[in-house]
Amino acid sequence: MPRVGLFVTCLVDLVRPSVGFAAVRLLEQAGCTVEAPRAQTCCGQPAWNAGDRRNAEAIARSVIDMFEGFDYVVAPSGSCAGMLRRHYPEILKDDARYAERARALAGRSYELMSFLVRICGVARVDASWEGRVAYHDSCSSLREMEVRAEPRTLLSSVAGLEIFELSDPEICCGFGGLFCVKYPDISEAMADAKIADVTATGAQMLVGGDLGCLLHLAGRARRAGVALEVRHAAEVLAGVEGPAMGEAGKGDVE
Amino acid sequence: MIPDPTAFRQAAHEALDDPRLKVALGRLKTHFVQKRADAFERYGDFAALRDAGATIRDCALSNLDTLLEKFERNVTARGGHVHWARDAGEARQIVLDILRSADAKTVTKGKSMVTEEIGLNGFLEKNGIRPVETDLGEYIIQLRHEPPSHIIAPAFHLNKEDVAQTFRSAHTELPPERALDERSALVAEARVMLRRQFEAADAGITGANFLAAAEGAAVIVTNEGNGDLTRLLPRTHIVVTGLEKIVADMDDVSVLLRLLTRSATGQDITSYVSVVSGPGDAQDGPKNFHVVLLDNGRTALLGGETGEVLRCIRCAACLNHCPIYNSIGGHAYGATYPGPIGAALNPGLLGLAQAHHHPNASTFCGRCAEVCPVKIPLPSIMRYWREKEFEAHMAPKAMVFGLSLWAFAARHPALYRLGARVLARVLRVIGGRKRAIHSLPVLRGWFVARDFPAPQGKTFQEMWRAR
Repeated sequence: MPRVGLFVTCLVDLVRPSVGFAAVRLLEQAGCTVEAPRAQTCCGQPAWNAGDRRNAEAIARSVIDMFEGFDYVVAPSGSCAGMLRRHYPEILKDDARYAERARALAGRSYELMSFLVRICGVARVDASWEGRVAYHDSCSSLREMEVRAEPRTLLSSVAGLEIFELSDPEICCGFGGLFCVKYPDISEAMADAKIADVTATGAQMLVGGDLGCLLHLAGRARRAGVALEVRHAAEVLAGVEGPAMGEAGKGDVE
Repeated sequence: MIPDPTAFRQAAHEALDDPRLKVALGRLKTHFVQKRADAFERYGDFAALRDAGATIRDCALSNLDTLLEKFERNVTARGGHVHWARDAGEARQIVLDILRSADAKTVTKGKSMVTEEIGLNGFLEKNGIRPVETDLGEYIIQLRHEPPSHIIAPAFHLNKEDVAQTFRSAHTELPPERALDERSALVAEARVMLRRQFEAADAGITGANFLAAAEGAAVIVTNEGNGDLTRLLPRTHIVVTGLEKIVADMDDVSVLLRLLTRSATGQDITSYVSVVSGPGDAQDGPKNFHVVLLDNGRTALLGGETGEVLRCIRCAACLNHCPIYNSIGGHAYGATYPGPIGAALNPGLLGLAQAHHHPNASTFCGRCAEVCPVKIPLPSIMRYWREKEFEAHMAPKAMVFGLSLWAFAARHPALYRLGARVLARVLRVIGGRKRAIHSLPVLRGWFVARDFPAPQGKTFQEMWRAR
């Protein structure tokens, strides 16, 4: 039974723990034992992308210390998984004590849905969800983790769910971490283009594998007055119901 | 319009508010992105070709000195002249001196980004020489007194109605009632007007896509034929280009050509590929052949952490695939080289104080690096510039302060857990019954255009412990 360290991600921990529990359910259904180390905070990407190398290095080292005992590290995010897989070896390449350990951890770090399909051999999930859904590929899932088919494979196995493809699935939604705060109007234009693409498909719900993109798109749709239900794909795959992002309703955590 | 990269934020804002620009930029996908994808689909093994291209460029850059000297010897042997320009000012003066010695009054120009980089046209005009751009796009923007907005399609920001308007105000000698609704009519008019200029020109200036050291040749790719008319009709031809364009020989050029034309316009080959060397003992063609090799900060990047940016073959695929460029176009960058290549190159050429916005205005989506025909790691180079900015304490103070608070917490898990628990509750309360937060006194940029979906109220970690 593979022992999986769940890299919860800072956004899931703070904003939407239901995604973390959905991930745990999916991993356990796939036969993994799951632990979520208590001392984890963030992958350090905000520092790394802002040019703050010192803090990025320190955080990377502590994540490695915390997770290297697991068979696999799995994150419900292509972006955070990409940080572990693609960037930690780069960040720590000149660190004699950590360079090799960073490479080893990188090789065992996965985005949730691709882990379920590639490593656990999951071909379908036992869930049902009525509705027309568009899937948003995050740039890091696509281009850092090469995750493309797996979310579609899993989502298409959900009973009642109909998947719609965006006309331009490869283009960024404009989140980009601190980019969306530093250049809000460019980010807004990119979000609007993505939301227009989603609504043009006829989908009622947008799902994706990265909470950053999804909070940005849900927040923009809400501000712009576009009715769009936004959820993390893991919630749909695990059948975790409850209000969509930024919406009220029964099944709230509290 | 005076290009100013430090005014990026405001310029981007204005670009986003321009509905005509949005229409023009909407054509990038069909005009460039799709054609490029189709071209490499037809070709087959893009990965192997770009490996070869990157290797060729790397080899050339690591032998830059010997290749350039070889190039100079071979050009000189065929009766041409090679000039070395350390910076823009030297390059402009060299060109002016050549033109004066040729007694040139009118000079035709093929498309050249390097002459944009050195501000050649304005300098020549000040010195009584009339430069005439002959590439259709360049001709249009010259009439409009605008800089190019795209590396290979300088007037891409314009729609055909804009061009018709421009021609009506510039070509006042033509009948005002003429029809200019069709693209073909615009092209025909430009052809007539430009033909007169070709006949009147005393010298021609072009850029070069590649320099082949072994043959002492400059290689120029064009689609309109204007490059050949520019370089062949006058007695004097001046090539102005960056010294990093050198490669070993025409075999290397042929590999890079396959990458360039497919990446740029989705063509298997352009209409014209001109191979230009010195006059030799040819009976026709220009008698005076000059090559001006510009450094202007390039050799300072060589071998450094951003040196891979010098591999660039200026195909503009990174611009066409960039979501930022697709949103704001090229003028907002306020620099000769916009888009991802500009974001990686400009801080090196112009300095971080001037170009700091460019590497920051990226989501690191990675599409530029994915399509780059010579495998330049563009996002990594942008991140390097952000690091330099951070180290030099040039990054925005509020961001650095917020980041240091966050990082301190992220490095102290117990504090972080407590902070997250409090924050989850506070934000939940602020979100109210609508579960959405409209503004906060921090991260104000978020709330310019978005609400923030309220947290569910407890952190994952506290719920996990309670499980």
